Amino acid sequence: MTAWKRMEVTGWGRVPRVLAEIARPERDAELDRIVQAGTGPLLAMGASRSYGDAGQPVPGGRGLLTTRLDRVLAFDPEAGTITVEPGVTFADLHRHFLPRGWLAPAIPGTAFATIGGALANDVHGKNQAAAGSFGDHVRSVELLTADGQRRTVDRDSDPELLRATIGGLGLTGIVTRVTFALQRVPSNAVTLTERRIDGLDAFLAAFEAARDATYSVGWIDALASGRSLGRGILETAEHAATSVAPVPPRQRTVPVDLPSFAMSAASTRLFNAWWWRRIPAEGRTRSVTIPAFLHPLDGLRQWNRIYGRQGFRQFQCVVPFEGGEASLRRLLEEIGRHGQASFLAVLKAFGRQGTGHLSFCMPGWTLAIDLPERKGVTELLGALERIVLDAGGRIYLAKDSRLSAEGFARMYPELDRFRAVLGRVDPDGRWQSGLSRRLGIHAPLQEAIHG
Amino acid sequence: MAETWLILGASSGLARAIAREVASRGHELLLAGRDLGDLERSAADLRHRFGVRAQALPFDALDTASHAGFVQDVAERAAGPLTVVVAFAVMTPQDLAEREPDTALAMISAGYAGAVSILLRLIPHFERTRAGRVVVIGSVAGDRGRRSNYVYGSVKAGLATFTEGLRARLFGAGVPVTLIKPGFLDTAMTWPMKAGPLMADPADAARSIVTAAEKGRQTAYVPFVWWGIMQVIRLIPGRIMQRLSF
Repeated sequence: MTAWKRMEVTGWGRVPRVLAEIARPERDAELDRIVQAGTGPLLAMGASRSYGDAGQPVPGGRGLLTTRLDRVLAFDPEAGTITVEPGVTFADLHRHFLPRGWLAPAIPGTAFATIGGALANDVHGKNQAAAGSFGDHVRSVELLTADGQRRTVDRDSDPELLRATIGGLGLTGIVTRVTFALQRVPSNAVTLTERRIDGLDAFLAAFEAARDATYSVGWIDALASGRSLGRGILETAEHAATSVAPVPPRQRTVPVDLPSFAMSAASTRLFNAWWWRRIPAEGRTRSVTIPAFLHPLDGLRQWNRIYGRQGFRQFQCVVPFEGGEASLRRLLEEIGRHGQASFLAVLKAFGRQGTGHLSFCMPGWTLAIDLPERKGVTELLGALERIVLDAGGRIYLAKDSRLSAEGFARMYPELDRFRAVLGRVDPDGRWQSGLSRRLGIHAPLQEAIHG
Repeated sequence: MAETWLILGASSGLARAIAREVASRGHELLLAGRDLGDLERSAADLRHRFGVRAQALPFDALDTASHAGFVQDVAERAAGPLTVVVAFAVMTPQDLAEREPDTALAMISAGYAGAVSILLRLIPHFERTRAGRVVVIGSVAGDRGRRSNYVYGSVKAGLATFTEGLRARLFGAGVPVTLIKPGFLDTAMTWPMKAGPLMADPADAARSIVTAAEKGRQTAYVPFVWWGIMQVIRLIPGRIMQRLSF
């Protein structure tokens, strides 16, 4: 007998909020029973670390939390492949496999994200240009589809279904096993070089110069304007030959929602200026553990409370390198004009197109920024959407809560192929999320059925 | 020295957490229960995460005829001293038990009779090896008979009394017997409840349980705050208790 609990569900940005019925099965047999019972609409849920409504059931719908399906089922040190249940997190892999010299191939900004979520959003890390995104390293998945059957999907058996499932936002079914390749690393550490960058032109030139770096990421002070527009810190890192003593994780928690004035323009300006100045003018190089480098915010639990009860939006886009500089300038100017207090923006270069139909990554510049949920933020996001469309870029669905259905269809040219797979494996649209409804992903299917 | 922990009823959320805690301390595991496929997956997880030996074994608390053979099998597989953790239980909601008393009997057969059957059959093993320990997962629900959950509570109360006697029985063999009384743990059993500040993470609870067992404690409330809560609840006079519906 499955227990459902009526709960408020939000993404990490806590906008929007919905009430849904949530179950947290601990066994495969229970998961099968739920799907075979034919109720819906359903959505698999992981750590709820995507920001908007991608990981959110529809209002009154049903969510299947996979956090207790978290076992490592197989590990082959010869081939370097691992098979896990969907609730295993990157933190689990760091804890158990990094000391043995194995690291996930593409790792998002938080280690609390699950592997199921990493697959569903085809996540990327600070090494995207060199290593691609998560889906590039997936060998096979076991998918529990709407008909209640489990099927093993790989590049040979059903390449289209695999491409629909990688980055497929959980809409093809619930992933019950993921087999992917780990990478060998020489130590638990990276050699990290940080240096100040004066402005956007210098930033893009510095990225170009750091093209061969394994990891590279830029932190931009989104409040700097004029000649300082695009000012920030560039971090590049290489795997270090020797390990460093793992720092005992000092976990702090933001205990309550901060009041909205905590995130005023003045306080963020101070913070951003400090962030820039803490790196000496001549730069610095040091060894840090891989988790400390990849997950700078994980030491502060519940950091989303900093934005207060009303929450925040995250915006992340990618624009092609061709004309990218002008697009980035327009985006930063638009954000600056809006005057929303924002922490640092993140700038990276992507090297490869993702493998999924709805994969976000494509060659180009990617920019990400947090925006507190205030008056005017949806208008700002609309303006940013237009700039991205003009540039021929796209917006990251894992971060989004505002994109228009028309904009989405233009940004994701393989949407029709994705819909064709859904028509085959989920013709009744049993798997739905807040995002899939908002963007009308099932719309043509519904028309075909009811039309 | 090698040491083996046998977990009876190893598929539950709490039992899985205990198994991981034990494995993180480098001990070997035998995971026993009815859903063998599930247990095989948990055993694989323990091997890959912690590099320890872990095996799955079929065990059915209700099939008492199989218990003697099971004990023999375990004795052959266990390397070093054996710790037995009795973690299986069925919790039928009180209203269902009243509506269909047969479900109450099933709860008693598995949670009490099954535990007595397997533990009695383990006594000769412990007397012979004069090593290892016994851990019984009871419940705070066994401390008082409460309107809302008294069949389950009586199973756990019976188990507590049995455990106390078993402790005396094995004292001479130098085998400590620990009774654990968990409060609300965030597992499938409590999932329908509203999450409150008393809801404890099973991994944290498992750490306390394994530590209590290794120290040879007689009784441990987990989390410890439940010791205080149950002191108060134990003081409620019967004439007031009969009017309470909690």
